Amino acid sequence: MISLNEVTKLAIKSLLRNKTRSILTMLGIIIGVSAVILLVAIGQGLQNYITTQFESLGSNVIAVLPGKVGGEGGGFSPGSGPNFSGTKLTLKDVADIAKLGGSVESAGAAIQNPTSVSNLGKSKYATIVGADANYLQIRNLTASSGRQVNEGDVRVARNVAVVGSSVAEKLFGTGQVVGKQVAIGGQKFEVIGILSKIGSGGFGIDSSNFVIIPVTSAQKAFGIKGVQSIVANADKKENIPLAISQIKKLLGKRLKEDDFSVLDQASLVDSINQILGVVTLALGGIAAISLVVGGVGIMNIMLVSVTERTREIGLRKAVGAKPQDILIQFLIEAIVLSLGGGMIGVAIGALGAWGVNHFIATSVTFWSVTLAFGVSAAVGVIFGVAPAARASKLNPIEALKYE
Amino acid sequence: MANHSLISLSNVKKSYKLGEDVIVEALKGINLEIKTGEFVAITGPSGSGKSTLMHLIGILDKPTSGIVSLDGKDIAKLKEEELATLRNKHIGFVFQAFNLLPKTSAIENVELPLIYSKVKSTERKTRAIEALKSVGLGERLDHTPAQLSGGQQQRVAIARALVTSPSLILADEPTGNLDSKSGEEILKLLKDLNKKGNTIVLVTHEQDIARQAKRIVQVRDGLIV
Repeated sequence: MISLNEVTKLAIKSLLRNKTRSILTMLGIIIGVSAVILLVAIGQGLQNYITTQFESLGSNVIAVLPGKVGGEGGGFSPGSGPNFSGTKLTLKDVADIAKLGGSVESAGAAIQNPTSVSNLGKSKYATIVGADANYLQIRNLTASSGRQVNEGDVRVARNVAVVGSSVAEKLFGTGQVVGKQVAIGGQKFEVIGILSKIGSGGFGIDSSNFVIIPVTSAQKAFGIKGVQSIVANADKKENIPLAISQIKKLLGKRLKEDDFSVLDQASLVDSINQILGVVTLALGGIAAISLVVGGVGIMNIMLVSVTERTREIGLRKAVGAKPQDILIQFLIEAIVLSLGGGMIGVAIGALGAWGVNHFIATSVTFWSVTLAFGVSAAVGVIFGVAPAARASKLNPIEALKYE
Repeated sequence: MANHSLISLSNVKKSYKLGEDVIVEALKGINLEIKTGEFVAITGPSGSGKSTLMHLIGILDKPTSGIVSLDGKDIAKLKEEELATLRNKHIGFVFQAFNLLPKTSAIENVELPLIYSKVKSTERKTRAIEALKSVGLGERLDHTPAQLSGGQQQRVAIARALVTSPSLILADEPTGNLDSKSGEEILKLLKDLNKKGNTIVLVTHEQDIARQAKRIVQVRDGLIV
C-alpha cells in the first residue's frame, strides 16, 4: 500500500477537482457543527451567568420557596420549580422564622411580580419586588438617594416605592425623581428613593430594573395573600444546615412537606444548573441530529461519486492501485469533507457565539468543540466506509468498460 | 536484446457465467508467447475473444484454466494485490478512450502509475517530464486533457504507459477515437518505441492497422487461427 501521505494528497486533489460539490457536501456538517457549538455556548453561558449571580447573593443566605423545588436533598426531578402562584407561605411564617433564634439570624419576605410601572404616559416593564426591611437588608438592596422602604411602611402598607436606576431614567429622564408618583397595578405610589446600583437582584436579574415596594402593599396591589419567597440569614456559614433544619421543623408543623422547600445557595445553584445542563444537552442533541443528516449527505455524494468515477477507479487499478489504496483514498475523501466541514462549522459557531454574546452571555466550551469535531470525524469514517468499500471492490475490466 | 519469453499462455481457456445456466466460453485454448522486443498485433472481429485475451495479457483477469505466466510467474497463484504490483511494474496500458484524469495536468496524469510504485515526488516529476518529452509533449506539461487535442491526449496516455519503463506496452484500439492523421502519428510513435526496444502488443479490429506490426495474431471464436 502507498503511504498515507500520498493517499491524502490524492484525496485532496480529487476533492479540489470538484470544488463546488465538495463545499456543498460539507454544508450539512458545517450547519450541524456550528449549531452544536452555538447552542451549547448559549446554554453554557447562561449557566455561568446564573452561577455568578447567585454567588454574589451572599453565602449565608437560605431561601424558602413555595412548592417542591428540584435539587433539594440532592434529588433531581425535571420540570419541578417553585410554585409561586399557589404559595402557602405567609407573613406570619416569616415572623416565626425571624423569632427562631439559634442559628437563624433574621428573615425577610418578598413577592416578585413583573409588571409595568407608569408615569404620565411613560411606562416601563419592571420587576416589582414587594419586600420587608429584613429582606432588603439580607439582599443588600439599599437606596442611593432618598430612603429605602422601612418597617413602618410595611406595617401600614404605605404606597411608597424605591425605583431602580433604569426605571427612574425611563420614567423621569434626568429630572427630580424622589417625591414623584408612579402607577403600579392601578395604584399610585410615591417614589421615596432610587435603588443603589450595588447589590444584586439575584436570579440573574439586573436590579436597576427593580421597583421596591412594601410587601404588604404588594399583597394589596396584586391581590396575593401569602408571600412568594422568604430569605433567612444563618449566623455562620457552617451553621447553614442547622438553620435549614430549624426552618423545616418550624414550617413542617403547619405545612405539608410538598408545600415548601428550604434551600441554601449551593443547592439552589445546583438545581438550576441541573435544569440548564439538561436543556443544554437537549439543544446540543437536537443539533447533533443535523450532524448525522450531514453524514448521510456525505455518504450519498460519495456513493454517487464512486459511480461517476468508475472509469477513474478502473484506470487506477489498471496502473497498479491495490484495493486498499482505493479504499483508503475514498475514506480519506469522506473524512476530509467531514473534518473540513467540522472546522468551518466550529469557526462559524464560535463567530455566532461571539455575535450573540452582545445579547446573551455565551461560552464556547472545550467539550462542545471536541464533541463536534469527534462526531464529524466519526461521521466521515462511518458514512465513508460503504462508498469506499464499493469503490475498492470494483473490477478493473468492468470499470474500464463503464460509459 | 535477448529475445526471452516475456509472457506465455498455454492452453488458456476463459469462460463467463451469464445468468444462472448460460456459460460463454470466450477463449477455448490459446497458446501464445510474446518475447521481449516484439511488436505483436492481436486482431479479430468483435466477439472473437480478443478483448478477453487482452485482459489476460494485461493480467487484469485470471484464466479459467491453463497457465498464464508473466516474467516466469503463474498469475493464477497470485492475489489481487500482487497482480496490481505486477501490472504496475510490467504493463503500460494505452486505452481507446485515453482514460486521463480530468482537470489534471499532463504531468500529474503521467505521474499516476509512479505514485502506486512508491516513487518519491521529485523523481516522479522528473520522470514524467522525461516521458512527456519522449512523446513530443515537452511544451504542454501543465495542460489539462480538455486543453489538448485527441492525438495529444493519447500521447499523454502513452507517456503514462512508458513512465514506469514497463516490460510490455498494451495498447487497446489506441487509434479508435482518433482521426486518421492523428491515428497514423500514434502508430508511428508506437513503432518508434518498438525500435527503441519496447515490447508492444496492439489490439485492434482493423486489419490495416494490424499490418503495421511485425507479427499478427488472428483470433476467431476463442482460438488463434
